[in-house]
Amino acid sequence: MIDIPYLTDQQHQVREIARGFAEREIRPVARDLDREARFPWATVKQMGELGFMGAPWPVELEGAGMDYLSYVIVVEELARVDASHSITVSAHTTLGTSPIVNFGTEEQKQRFVPLLASGRVLGGFGLTEPGAGSDAGGTQTVAVEKGDHYVLTGSKIFITHAGVGEIFVVTARTDPTSARSGRGITSFIVTKDTVDVDTCTAVGIGHAPDLPKTPGVKAAKKEDKLGWRASDTRELILQEAIVPKENVLGEPGMGFVNFLKTLDDGRIGVGALSLGLAQGALDECLKYTAERQQFGRPIASFQAVHFALADMATEIEAARHLVYYAGWLRQNGKPYKKAAAMAKLFASELATRATIKAVQLHGGYGYTTEYPVERMMRDAKVGEIGEGTSEIQRIVIARELLGDVVAVTG
Amino acid sequence: MKIAVCVKRVPDSEARIKIDASGKAIDEGGVKFVLNPYEEFAVEEALKLKEAAGSGEVVVISAGSDASQETIRTALAMGADRGVLLKTDHIPLDPLPVAKALAAELAEGGYDLIFFGKLAIDDYSHGIGPMVAELLSLPCVSAIAALQIANGKGKAEREIEGGVEVVEFPLPAVLTTDKGLNEPRYPALRGIMLAKKKPLDVKDVALETGGLDVLSLSYPPERKAGRIVGEGAAAVPALVDALKNEAKVL
Ligand SMILES: Cc1cc2nc3c(=O)[nH]c(=O)nc-3n(C[C@H](O)[C@H](O)[C@H](O)COP(=O)(O)OP(=O)(O)OC[C@H]3O[C@@H](n4cnc5c(N)ncnc54)[C@H](O)[C@@H]3O)c2cc1C
Repeated sequence: MIDIPYLTDQQHQVREIARGFAEREIRPVARDLDREARFPWATVKQMGELGFMGAPWPVELEGAGMDYLSYVIVVEELARVDASHSITVSAHTTLGTSPIVNFGTEEQKQRFVPLLASGRVLGGFGLTEPGAGSDAGGTQTVAVEKGDHYVLTGSKIFITHAGVGEIFVVTARTDPTSARSGRGITSFIVTKDTVDVDTCTAVGIGHAPDLPKTPGVKAAKKEDKLGWRASDTRELILQEAIVPKENVLGEPGMGFVNFLKTLDDGRIGVGALSLGLAQGALDECLKYTAERQQFGRPIASFQAVHFALADMATEIEAARHLVYYAGWLRQNGKPYKKAAAMAKLFASELATRATIKAVQLHGGYGYTTEYPVERMMRDAKVGEIGEGTSEIQRIVIARELLGDVVAVTG
Repeated sequence: MKIAVCVKRVPDSEARIKIDASGKAIDEGGVKFVLNPYEEFAVEEALKLKEAAGSGEVVVISAGSDASQETIRTALAMGADRGVLLKTDHIPLDPLPVAKALAAELAEGGYDLIFFGKLAIDDYSHGIGPMVAELLSLPCVSAIAALQIANGKGKAEREIEGGVEVVEFPLPAVLTTDKGLNEPRYPALRGIMLAKKKPLDVKDVALETGGLDVLSLSYPPERKAGRIVGEGAAAVPALVDALKNEAKVL
């Protein structure tokens, strides 16, 4: 067990709960979920009951009322066993729920957050578009004001939970004169029915029939992905969606500023996820190399293997403290943009390296689904892409270092 | 339904145990302590009974050092209502003084059921539950693996050598819990936050030493290395001979 002197007893206890749950409930099903690309409703329900779906949100809003590092530890520990479960929690919490907690009116919080924080309904964040990925300010989705509502038209792609979820924060351009710039983008809360109504009704979570749904919002085809296969990624279509003005989130025109803050949070989440993946890969290697015999002895007795394990462990430790540091800064109200970008950049690139190494140390067995390391390797790569690519993280970090000297885009 | 669950703080079963300088106790430094796993079953069963009844109170009681507050909080995080710590610096090896202190606390509590784990994984004495029952003149069913409570009566199953024993008993009663009784819940994160605000009474107690004393602790003997007696069918007679005459297992 990881024992870190600067964590509180409560944070250690949270780790134990998350690790115990992941080992007992997720490990036995992770391989099949990945192969079948099936969303794990049963374990998501349990995660809701345990408070994982709203760990950092106030108890009054049906969150668990935990500190931010406790949340980070939950995301890390889930990814140690299965990255899909981890991204489900992270995307739901930091992308889906946090904008409403951070920028919502009291009335919006009361209306949406308890459903989300308790895990009764899944949430997501629709920012990326076919023409606006790294260049998120290039949003083409338009929102036209009509009396007491807006009409939204556009397409959001690669949206986590677009299919399974019911509550989404989406961005759209409210000021057409400011095309291709961050100004004039507004955030909206939209709702739709989950695509899994029958399963949800059977399992008892995921669908809120009483929640009014936004006409014109629907999910399209599910992406067939390399990794995070048990997580739901789809296009979210806004087809003349009629969104009442009470669902405008934050100040009109402030959408760009707000989602940059949401992405900072998301980056700590992806950092924690990547850290957990790398730790999981190391743990698999420690077990396997001690058991696997070649040339009459365990392969862990070869010095080349020592070096690989030592490098992995050292980099993981470095990543862990970067991620926790970013979480600590956020928790204590300090600026954390640069730390979050560094944590995500370093941890996600490490996860790719460490999981590739893990497959290597497992030899041919590692290349089969008999061992989890091939799945970990596939799951790691997207950490370098989602919520801002590694290149974008470097741009963010350089901009923080250099200030406005570098007028780079991204 | 008012239920008491007595719990003990014990070293984690995976902890590496070191003997301290006195040679009579373990060195607690760096050792992780947990709620005695057999008492997780007890807490779970108490919570399930309360939930089924729709009302009631689950009180968690522990005798031990200040650190046992943590153990009590774990049970509170699972859902118990309040805790009582009978604070003492030293838990004697003899279970009787501990049983007396617990019995004194339990006597006036008006409990319908009093749960213990069937044993604590540190000393394996199995003693406290039955002793408390005796001190309070209550019926005691030990090592239960199934339980039903209805109309002021209980029915429990005990797994015994080669079968299952079914025992009926009147309430109030003392029960000690075995593996298989239930699947203990994880404390929810929300539960941990709520547990901080639940009442936990700390009462100083002075325990007698009792009639037992630890003379010394020692590590189990190291396991001897294995021996390969030969290969293939030709080795079978030598193996049979070794199993018969050396290991004496055949
Ligand atoms: C599984 C998954 C889940 C996702 N979930 C969500 C979600 O829930 N919500 C959401 O809004 N989005 C989500 N995304 C989208 C994700 O955020 C984008 O894919 C990502 O931001 C990159 O955008 P893009 O795919 O358009 O790539 P592009 O922006 O086209 O980038 C292509 C390449 O060009 C590089 N590049 C671009 N600009 C620069 C530059 N200025 N300097 C140097 N290099 C540059 C990039 O780094 C990258 O290597 C998800 C994506 C995936 C794969």
